[in-house]
Amino acid sequence: MSTAKAQLEILPRSIQVLLAAGAIALAAFPLIPMESSGFYIQLLSQMMILAIFAMSLDLLQGVTGLVSLGHAAYFGLAGYALAFLTPADVPVSLWWSLPVAALGTGLAALVIGFFVVRTHGIYFIMVTMAFAQMVFYIFFDNAELGGSDGLYVYFRPDATLFGWQPFDLENKTTFFYFTLALLVLIYAFLRRLLFSPFGRALTGIRVNEHRMRAVGYGSFGYKLTAFTLAGALAGVAGYLWAAQTGYVNPELMGFHLSAHAIMMVILGGMGNFAGAIVGAFAFEWVMHFFKDMTKHWQLLMGSFIVLVVLFAPRGLLGLIERFTAPKEKVEEAP
Amino acid sequence: MTTRRNLLTHSAAAIGAASTGLFLPELARAQSDKVRVGFMLPYTGTFAQLGVSIEKGFLMALNEQGGKLGGKEVEFFKVDDESNPAKGVENANLLVQRDKVDVLVGTVHSGVQMGIHKVARESGVLSLIPNAGVQVATRAQCAPNVYRTSFSNSQPTLALGKAMMDRGHKKAVWITWNYSAGAEALEGFEAGYTAAGGTIVEKLAVPFPSVEFQALLTQIAAIKPDAVACFFAGGGAAKFLRDFHAAGLSKTIQLYGSGFLTEGVLEAAGPAAEGVMTTMHYSDSLDTPRNKKFRLDYVKAFKSQPDVYSVQGYDAGQLLIIGANAVKGDLSNKSALYAAMNGVTIDSPRGKWTMSAAHNPIQDMYLRQVVKGENKVIGVAGKAVADPATGCRMS
Amino acid sequence: MDFANFLIQLLNSLQYGLLLFMLAAGLTLIFGIMGVVNLAHGTFYMLGAYLAWFLTAQFDNLLIAIVVGAVLAIAFGWALEWLLIRHFYKRDHLDQVLLTFGLIYIFQEARSILWGDDVHSVAVPAMFNGAIQLTDNLSYPVYRLVVSAVCAGLAMGLYLLISKTRLGMKIRAGAFNREMTESLGINIRFIHAIVFALGVGLAAVAGMVAAPISSVYPGMGSSVLIMCFVVVVIGGIGSVRGALVAALMVGLVDTFCKVLLPEIAGMAVYMLMAAVLLFKPEGLFKS
Repeated sequence: MSTAKAQLEILPRSIQVLLAAGAIALAAFPLIPMESSGFYIQLLSQMMILAIFAMSLDLLQGVTGLVSLGHAAYFGLAGYALAFLTPADVPVSLWWSLPVAALGTGLAALVIGFFVVRTHGIYFIMVTMAFAQMVFYIFFDNAELGGSDGLYVYFRPDATLFGWQPFDLENKTTFFYFTLALLVLIYAFLRRLLFSPFGRALTGIRVNEHRMRAVGYGSFGYKLTAFTLAGALAGVAGYLWAAQTGYVNPELMGFHLSAHAIMMVILGGMGNFAGAIVGAFAFEWVMHFFKDMTKHWQLLMGSFIVLVVLFAPRGLLGLIERFTAPKEKVEEAP
Repeated sequence: MTTRRNLLTHSAAAIGAASTGLFLPELARAQSDKVRVGFMLPYTGTFAQLGVSIEKGFLMALNEQGGKLGGKEVEFFKVDDESNPAKGVENANLLVQRDKVDVLVGTVHSGVQMGIHKVARESGVLSLIPNAGVQVATRAQCAPNVYRTSFSNSQPTLALGKAMMDRGHKKAVWITWNYSAGAEALEGFEAGYTAAGGTIVEKLAVPFPSVEFQALLTQIAAIKPDAVACFFAGGGAAKFLRDFHAAGLSKTIQLYGSGFLTEGVLEAAGPAAEGVMTTMHYSDSLDTPRNKKFRLDYVKAFKSQPDVYSVQGYDAGQLLIIGANAVKGDLSNKSALYAAMNGVTIDSPRGKWTMSAAHNPIQDMYLRQVVKGENKVIGVAGKAVADPATGCRMS
Repeated sequence: MDFANFLIQLLNSLQYGLLLFMLAAGLTLIFGIMGVVNLAHGTFYMLGAYLAWFLTAQFDNLLIAIVVGAVLAIAFGWALEWLLIRHFYKRDHLDQVLLTFGLIYIFQEARSILWGDDVHSVAVPAMFNGAIQLTDNLSYPVYRLVVSAVCAGLAMGLYLLISKTRLGMKIRAGAFNREMTESLGINIRFIHAIVFALGVGLAAVAGMVAAPISSVYPGMGSSVLIMCFVVVVIGGIGSVRGALVAALMVGLVDTFCKVLLPEIAGMAVYMLMAAVLLFKPEGLFKS
């Protein structure tokens, strides 16, 4: 697996500026008067939700070095949780349904993680995929759980607290800012986590697990915690997705979405969470771009993926870093 | 370093500005006197053929009327739904919110349709379903702006039971994939067959999308029913036909199915499909002047043979034309639009059919048998078969 | 289920298992020996089937089509390895997963452009057209037995190649310790190219041989890919023997669950995999 040196953890100033600019642009976007602004606000909300999903995967993959081909299972599970919790005639309260969905998904990740974290390398990849497929089939095969046609989420969660509604999520712009706030919060939390003792331990496990165990770190516990936390965060993203689209389907837990998430994290640059955000936006944008261009967009998409993997293994942030900060490189001791 | 950074931010800004242009629709759209038609169909993937057929059929209907709707020019928008239900809502929004289409024509896959349906119900955009048979769209979730010109999943099999009983096949085994369309097809079959006096001896299900049928074919052989009724489509249908025949079961057990068992797969199934009987609302070989004319015109226009999907697309076009003519192309005049489309009778290549109150076709189901590689119509299995529209409430 | 029925279901399990083995063998070789995760493996199976259909139409003979197709597939695998795969041996599994995922998109679209999206069939060669009567109303196509025999023959051939030939020895050495093998003067690059080409060839030939019984359609790759991975993981990565045992187990579980426990038939194989990995986190056999 990649070494810490190969990954960008401390973000150089160029990238920090880029991120700040991006955040400001996002915050300002709904204020720009434009045709079909409602559509673009929704589209950006969706990209932000996928960015949260990508960040959760980055915790697992970029930081801890565990490549999961089944991360979408947690994304989908939380979406279904919201679908089950929302009655057909009234919205459910945001304040308890979101924690329940996230905790429930975290619990599922804990249980699955218990089986899965004991494997390594390729086995880990395959076994995460297998469990995700199992979860997929539980929902696909059972009409009581919605079956292959999925379920509707009839209302967005309601933010009313003690009779007072601070904001209405049914409003697209409000939902946009709510998602943006969560994105920023989760990013800040994860950055903090990265440089905390826990985060350092995870990074150590990624770089050299044997060494970590030799110095006394029980890697299983750390990996399982990371897996659970990543699952819970993916759940937050899935909850938001279900709230926004109002429709959940077993495909949300599918292999394709998991693979797309991996792509997003790699495209942006792993291990620093900023890359996950950049990657999510870039990936979605590129896919839309190709789809608008030609019927044979799959050829372009596949070629794009291949080119990225070949020439930009550290992702877009890696490219930006290479172009903007050569003088900051410290001479390595021979 | 400063210059490099400037260069980077400048070029990023330029790329950003240029790229949003690719995303944004033409802003010169103040007064649109064109009718915007949006296609949300599978242009890639397993159902690509179906998507293409539907679009061709639809366009043919439009071109027969000079390519205009209610006298107005038409502008087309297309989105490839990739048959991916997870993106259904997103893709539908591309057409409805970004491109601001006046009518959305789509789609094939029921899971994707669920997403479109949500967007249709929330936005009120006119939604024409040219294939997806998901029942709830014209049952509990019916809506005044959603019309279907194809079928509901239980309709073809609803007519199957009586045809089987008429031939003395009183005990049948049912087999299908374990997913919604299969369950809905079973619902129709069970209702029709038991009402006619038949008994379903065993209901078998294959996990979707597995095409390993051997284990269950062995079961069927052990059960020794009079007949087997099934629902399969596409590559799986071709394989089932071949496997059923290769196991020698076709000699002693008559195979029946919803028409999709033999749609588009007869070339692939070959002699294995001979004698298989199915019920469906159309057959390529339907010997009526209307169908013959349709097929000739289609081949002339597209150099390929039409299929049931082309017919469904064609009828969606016909339906839209009726509506658009009534409102002279102004699809925002909802009340007049719906008034024209409700209860309408469509002169379709499949025969005349009527739009039900729940906006699903009330249509004849033909009994077809595969004879020399063709679905020959041997009778009408059910006249004016209607979907029960359970739970549909439209004011 | 009576005894006769049970035996027939065993036969079904065996046939499915052997077919899965032929597919999984290529995958486990590439995994085990080169350490490359190849998500595009199912796509090669699908391409093989379409190739069989296309070539049978040209030569009017499936057997010739298979021979020609096998040569083409091996050449294609060689070219792919030379062009792309060889840059990825030292890379993360992650990068390989992504590369091959991108290749899936490319190959699917290429197939769509070249041969379209229709469903096709390939006729069973005339000499194998018969059927064996198993019960009074159930017969078993001779061709299925032929396919099983081909798969079994392949299993034997692979086993002999890997364990009894010099090439096999070099392959095993390369898998065990690449640098050491290289320093002994063995051309590891060549070995890897052979193994990859062989893996691709196996998948494509599986598609070609199975085409008469399976029909040729666009989605056939993805459904088979996941099963292959399950087989490889259960059997142990890199172990051809493991792939055989695992494939037979999957065949058994899949067949009997469909009949006896249809409610969990979709998940049964994954449950099997989870159970195996609980006790043997690296699969049943070491390579």
